[in-house]
Amino acid sequence: MELLVNSVLLMLLVATAGALVVVRGLLASTMLTSVYGLLSASFFVTMDAVDVAFTEAAVGAGVSPLLLLLTVAAIGRGEPRAAGALPILAIVLVTITGALLIIGTLDMPPFGSADAPAHTHVAPRYLQLSGEEIGIPNVVTSVLASYRAFDTLGEVLVIFTAGVAVLLILATPGQRGSARPRYTPGSHSEPHTILQVVSKILIPFILLFALYVQFHGEYGPGGGFQAGVIFASGIILYGLLYGLPTVCRVVRPAVVETLAAVGVLLYGTTGLLAMLDGRPFLDYSVFAANPVLGQHIGILLVELGVGITVASVITVIYYAFANQFEMAEG
Amino acid sequence: MLSQLALLPVLLPLIGAPACAVLRRPTAAWAFASTVAVLAFVAAAALLQATARQGVIHYAFGGWAAPWGIEYRIDLLNAFVLLLVSGIAAVVLVASRASVWHDIAENRRTLFYVACLLCLAGWLGIAATGDAFNLFVFLEISSLATYALVACGRDRQALVAAFNYLVMGTIGATFILIGIGFIYMLTGTLNMADLAQRLPGLGESRTVFAAYAFIVVGVCLKLALFPLHLWLPGAYTQAPAIVTAYVAATATKVALYVLIRFSFSVFHLESSRLALSLEAVFISLGVVAVFAGSLVAVFASNLKRALAWSSIAQIGYMAVGVGIGTVAGVQASLIHLFNHALMKGALFLALAAIAMRVGGNELQALRGIGRRMPLTSAAIVVAGISLIGVPGTAGFISKWYLVTAALAREQWLLALLIVAGSLLTAVYIWRFVETAWLDQNPAQPATPPQEAPPLLLAGTLLLALANIYFGLDTRLPVGTAAGAAAGLLGDSAAGLLGHPPAPLPGAGAP
Repeated sequence: MELLVNSVLLMLLVATAGALVVVRGLLASTMLTSVYGLLSASFFVTMDAVDVAFTEAAVGAGVSPLLLLLTVAAIGRGEPRAAGALPILAIVLVTITGALLIIGTLDMPPFGSADAPAHTHVAPRYLQLSGEEIGIPNVVTSVLASYRAFDTLGEVLVIFTAGVAVLLILATPGQRGSARPRYTPGSHSEPHTILQVVSKILIPFILLFALYVQFHGEYGPGGGFQAGVIFASGIILYGLLYGLPTVCRVVRPAVVETLAAVGVLLYGTTGLLAMLDGRPFLDYSVFAANPVLGQHIGILLVELGVGITVASVITVIYYAFANQFEMAEG
Repeated sequence: MLSQLALLPVLLPLIGAPACAVLRRPTAAWAFASTVAVLAFVAAAALLQATARQGVIHYAFGGWAAPWGIEYRIDLLNAFVLLLVSGIAAVVLVASRASVWHDIAENRRTLFYVACLLCLAGWLGIAATGDAFNLFVFLEISSLATYALVACGRDRQALVAAFNYLVMGTIGATFILIGIGFIYMLTGTLNMADLAQRLPGLGESRTVFAAYAFIVVGVCLKLALFPLHLWLPGAYTQAPAIVTAYVAATATKVALYVLIRFSFSVFHLESSRLALSLEAVFISLGVVAVFAGSLVAVFASNLKRALAWSSIAQIGYMAVGVGIGTVAGVQASLIHLFNHALMKGALFLALAAIAMRVGGNELQALRGIGRRMPLTSAAIVVAGISLIGVPGTAGFISKWYLVTAALAREQWLLALLIVAGSLLTAVYIWRFVETAWLDQNPAQPATPPQEAPPLLLAGTLLLALANIYFGLDTRLPVGTAAGAAAGLLGDSAAGLLGHPPAPLPGAGAP
């Protein structure tokens, strides 16, 4: 049964990818990207990677297609037909790469095999000892927020960098007359009454769910990344239906931009506190006399940092794209 | 404090970047970023001293022992690259203010410096880490920040150049991730030292082969090794002047470090069946890069673009050193990594000053610049003769070690080609000299001297003089590179004694 589900999902993924290559219209590509994200999320669920599925569903199927949509709406949906003959060199290169990937799988341990090196070398300690050493049921959280916390700090910084990059390139209010307000009222926000009413009912639950995912990450799938994305999607939904100026009054852009840095700083400071005590960076055992309790506190703090930065950066990126769209409209 | 030293060079810009974002005033951001870079440089210098004295320094993040946790194992090679990158970053950021104020709109300057610090954190994180996946994470940080910095160029073409760089760079990063994924699947570990122990036991596995192939191609994309260099000329030419100096002197150097680290420390290329074929690949691609890059540089009408192509040529020399594959070869490659950063740092900083005064780097516009900006032009000439490899400059030391490494393996033709490549370099440096001093600009016959702003000039001169200093006193690059290369190839006895391929060239060498 699982084999069947996996095969069907993978075949759909391949078909979507193929369609993405063939299809010409930008709007169609965007919708296919969203489909691809949703299929990937489903596939991650069948692989028992629910944490990743959460994020993929929100970002891959939701936020990034939305950003693409805003871009398509601003620049027009046609794609000029590529001139010239078949890109033969590119096809040859892609074929070689694909062949190399397949060759690479030949000597791989069989899929799902219990005695593959990935399951016998480092992983067993996580499974067996994280209960005593860190004391939380979700081993994924233990690994990413404590054993490999420095990687996670790096990942948060990647997200922060993405926000900085978007702001550096897109938010250029000074370019066309310096007096121009940063977020101009849009002309497209004619009321969608039904959607507005439904979303007003939904948004509190979305935000509440985000908080649940944030603070329940130690026990079940979830954590800062997932919570941040869900929280931001609540804000974005509000922005979509009530217009950019309204959502900017509720969640001020300057505040969100600062919060993006504050989240990383919270994570970093949590690590620094251990150094003040002479312990290595990100050693949470300094937070309490009982090292397991210290781990709890440390994980809670860094996850909070992750959640704040992720939610803020995604909101910032949405603001920048939506602002671009409104400038194209106005 | 000493126990935390291994982490400091990375931690300072890592925490500094978000802290810088909170600052409101651009001048404060500039001062903050410069201070952070200088402190990182001081920490890196202390770290290099410590590694030279006491060998490898371990640092276990979160107190978790490797391979369960992430670990830094700072050896001479790590410390050497950390010192170089943080040093260049410190000089460029301190010197950057005038040029950034000229190129970047006021409301973006703070974010510009945040991105600079993120880049620095990424590069230093790559150079310090002992964990393959951690390396990838920091590679992503530095790459994203670099794309954004390139896109800040004054011309709208910068967006296209940044987009090309982004596409190529993302393919490179994805390949590296696929490679790391493969070796994780085979060994169950991400720690480099642990990988190095477990990979040989797998024999001639096709998955190991594929993993290495993906990592090499991915890293060579980042390194801009011919023919994977297509992103580089556009990115270097279109980026804001300061960004070109910042990136050209560091990003490709870090990529070369990754190539060397994976090839010799993780995969033990030297004892693998692959060694012979890869040797041929690196040497031939390197030689082609030297000639192709130099030839395009000779005919370029824009000096910045000419020097971008020159970088492709110089990367070729470094690839040749890796291809030779002996301790001497890798040592030569590392020496050139160091010296080339000094040359290109000085050259691109000088071009930043010229762009401020002249409005561009077209050779046409540079006529008579030798009289208008005598010190800046002199710095270009000094760094230029170092690039050619004239005795008494750092460039000569690079070429000397590279040629002797080739000769030690009786590759006469290769040695000859290395020298011939220098002649081409001389051509495009001469073109600048001719334009700057011999060619009078009829439009503006008597322009008064108008030198670069003081800090920018100081940074340019400092790096130009470093080219002379390290041509005379070679202890730091040559000695450290010798120790690092020996450590990589597991031949510590021969390496630490310098394994001198030839008598050390001194001030008045042949």
